[in-house]
Amino acid sequence: MTATRLWPSVLVGAVLLGAWEFVTRVLHVEEYILPAPDQVATTLVDRWGSTLRSATWVTLTEIVLGFAISVAAGLALGCALHFSAAARRALYPLLIGSQTIPIVVIAPILAIIFGYSITPKLILVALICFFPVVIGTLDGLASVDPELVRMMRTLHGRRVAIFTRVEFPAALPSVFTGLRLAAAYAATGAVFGEYSGASDGLGHVMRQGVPQLQSALVFAAIVLLTAMSVVLFALVNGAERLLVPWHRNPTREGNTR
Amino acid sequence: MFARRSSPPPARSSSDPLQPVGTGVELHRVAKRFGQTDAVAGADLTVPAHSRLGIVGPSGCGKSTLLSMICGLTDPDAGTIDVLGAADAPGRLARCAWMPQRDLLLPWRGVLANARIPLENQGLSRREASRRVQPLLDRFGLAEFADHRPAQLSGGMRQRVSFLRTVAAGKPVLLLDEPFGALDSITRADLQDWLRAMLADEPRTVVLVTHDVEEALLLCDRVVVMSARPGRVVASVDVPPYAGTGAAARRARLADPDFVALRDTVLAHLEAAR
Repeated sequence: MTATRLWPSVLVGAVLLGAWEFVTRVLHVEEYILPAPDQVATTLVDRWGSTLRSATWVTLTEIVLGFAISVAAGLALGCALHFSAAARRALYPLLIGSQTIPIVVIAPILAIIFGYSITPKLILVALICFFPVVIGTLDGLASVDPELVRMMRTLHGRRVAIFTRVEFPAALPSVFTGLRLAAAYAATGAVFGEYSGASDGLGHVMRQGVPQLQSALVFAAIVLLTAMSVVLFALVNGAERLLVPWHRNPTREGNTR
Repeated sequence: MFARRSSPPPARSSSDPLQPVGTGVELHRVAKRFGQTDAVAGADLTVPAHSRLGIVGPSGCGKSTLLSMICGLTDPDAGTIDVLGAADAPGRLARCAWMPQRDLLLPWRGVLANARIPLENQGLSRREASRRVQPLLDRFGLAEFADHRPAQLSGGMRQRVSFLRTVAAGKPVLLLDEPFGALDSITRADLQDWLRAMLADEPRTVVLVTHDVEEALLLCDRVVVMSARPGRVVASVDVPPYAGTGAAARRARLADPDFVALRDTVLAHLEAAR
């Protein structure tokens, strides 16, 4: 992702920020209703040492660990389901079912069971993230050109060789589509978890800040969450560029030339 | 097969399953159904070891099905197939290499890495597999493209890499399913010449499926015509060999009245078979 590809989105962001600053100043919007970008920035700096640094660290740990767990579990389950039609029939409906459980409902229940520890947050992040990873893996493996597999069988390829040399590499673009979705959802899971019971973390900061009308602090927490999500997303894209250089990824292509 | 290039062929031993023993490929009353349609009905074919059989026929006559049954990717519903003494699917699979019309190269691997896949599949390290495939790259005129990815190559070169990979598998029987069907006529003529030279150098049992009657007559020493679905062998012509390689020899061959008569015979059979 080069600087020339980024500048349109930077420009749009700058224009939106400018409009936001302009509107809040011209209309004299109260800070507790909608803080101006400069007030958010000031709060970010002022409260970094006292509140935000430790909260960011806690949330970052939850996001990264939860994401790692869901990637490992998602890849493993996706591959296992690919190998066994029986397992696919047994687990696929349950997998879909797991996504219909509202996270808002399950978050407090997990908080009751596991308390204020990191466990319920990891479970929530993993629960949200692992679905796109499984589906991406499974779809990628299922859509491998069957002719490629037949060809490998005539070239002394056994089941494991076919999987490692053809099926898995061919599925990687689809796996990364799942990973990008998971990276975008991870922060949401962590915040839900912290909202339902936590002693620290950006979700905890927001839950404390809203009733105290500390809107600038809430916005500062949102900025940090967004930044973490963007970095995670960029890391996934970077990994994809390293591992799947032969495939064109739509999010990093401004145009095809 | 790598040793065979520079040294005389080793003595045939009955213990080595990959050595030809008289008959190459033999099909007896082979039939295959897909649902309600008969793809192949009672096909009988004999391909002596180290000979080259061409199969022509109308689209959908079951030619490709026949090839995937010979190489053991699928089993016939009725009849028997014998490939160098092996009648079971795994045995046939061990003896047959299969090359379809699409090159089926792996886009994430370079030319060399694609070509060495059969050797990696047999348990060789990447380094050792590369070392053994390298001489073939030179011979196929691909040495300077060893690190190119398939997307950077022309269609003719990709097909050559695919063929090289097929050869690297070291199988005694080659099953070619319209190998040059997707190429333009000049590239196709080049590759036909090149394939002829390669097979003269290193004889194998070949079954070539093609739409192109000329291609079959140029490359094979016997050509059979299959009928429209359900596929069955309706005619067989023997093709006398011709000498020389290159465009001039090829043009002379195409203009040879005997060749023209042969082509007309096959085309007449094909029209009758529709």
